Amino acid sequence: MRMANNNPLKIAVASGKGGTGKTTIATSFALSIINDISESLLFLDCDVEAPNAHLFLKPQLTEEKPVEILIPEVNESLCTHCGECAKVCQFQAIAVLGNKTLVFPQLCHGCGSCTMICPANAIQEIPKSIGVLQKGTAGEIKFARGVMDIGEPMAVPIIRQLKKWVAPLEPQITIIDSPPGTSCPVVESIRGSDFLILVTEPTPFGFHDLKLAHQVAKDLQIPAGVIINRENGAFSELEDYCKEENLPILMRVPFRRNIAEGIAKGRNLIEILPEMSASFQNIYHQITTLVK
Amino acid sequence: MKIALTTTAPNLEAQLDPRFGRCAYVLIVDSETLEFKAHPNPALNSSGGAGIRMAQFVSDLKPDAVISGDFGPNAASALQSAHLPMYLFGDSQSVKDVIERFKSGKLTKV
Repeated sequence: MRMANNNPLKIAVASGKGGTGKTTIATSFALSIINDISESLLFLDCDVEAPNAHLFLKPQLTEEKPVEILIPEVNESLCTHCGECAKVCQFQAIAVLGNKTLVFPQLCHGCGSCTMICPANAIQEIPKSIGVLQKGTAGEIKFARGVMDIGEPMAVPIIRQLKKWVAPLEPQITIIDSPPGTSCPVVESIRGSDFLILVTEPTPFGFHDLKLAHQVAKDLQIPAGVIINRENGAFSELEDYCKEENLPILMRVPFRRNIAEGIAKGRNLIEILPEMSASFQNIYHQITTLVK
Repeated sequence: MKIALTTTAPNLEAQLDPRFGRCAYVLIVDSETLEFKAHPNPALNSSGGAGIRMAQFVSDLKPDAVISGDFGPNAASALQSAHLPMYLFGDSQSVKDVIERFKSGKLTKV
């Protein structure tokens, strides 16, 4: 068993393809190891576009903080419509057309370049809410998540602020439930992790996206392992890939009706199959030796 | 009149491009003489805000009207601010066809 020490351990769960079982695995993993460890455990739901780990962990949320980014506001009486702001913006969030300067808040990343470059000092920055951070506890597990406002397109600032907000908790172990995909929100979620659990399903789609997600892990130099969910007979391409890439298969979850029924009722994997708890504890010990 | 029209290639024989923000080229065509200049879309490969970038680009070319297959909400509000009238080419088949229909007032105005 891993000894309590000063080196915090961050384990992220990602997949590439959506709906492979990231949250099922991440929450069951947390619930399985919490009684087996002496360290403090934080569960971080970084899937801010559709956070759902609370459905399985049922935390009491006790604290909340809005997430704001600073967006430009143009004072038309000072603006000379020189167009410098539009030129410097990398995201086309500000445009000068005729004698009007238009701001498109949903494209703005809040970098502040337009405000800095404006020769007429016609731009000031105003805060705009894009979501909320929440934290609390689920039994012994510390829990935090970000929730993006409906209609907002940018998850990264919320994930970044979420990670910053929970840093003072100084958890010894953090389990991160990442969003699906392989784009910026995923990179922001798993960045700085010590180990990445890639949840996949034995289908061409699941396998295709697993390879993409694994490439992200390699680029970020995060060691990874695979959990095959809904396994229904061997999928040889997936097995071969893991072998070739030295990607350990940490666990196989069978494709069974009673699991699907249990998940649909909001039960986690270890409530449905209590014997899996020991497997998750095993994975945890495997990870601690892999990241040493 | 100077017309801005989205196409898939930089010439008068080109197929029309139904997308405004992600078109391949924009032609600035003189509706009387059919003299034209083709400009590649500077926003074609941008990850977001292509419609706005194109609206800015087209408005700097100072046409009298813009014609495309459709306009996204951001592009439309940007072109509106530039006081540029927008038209849809509908089922027009060629650049010349679009210009003819435009001159005879048969295109739908946005």
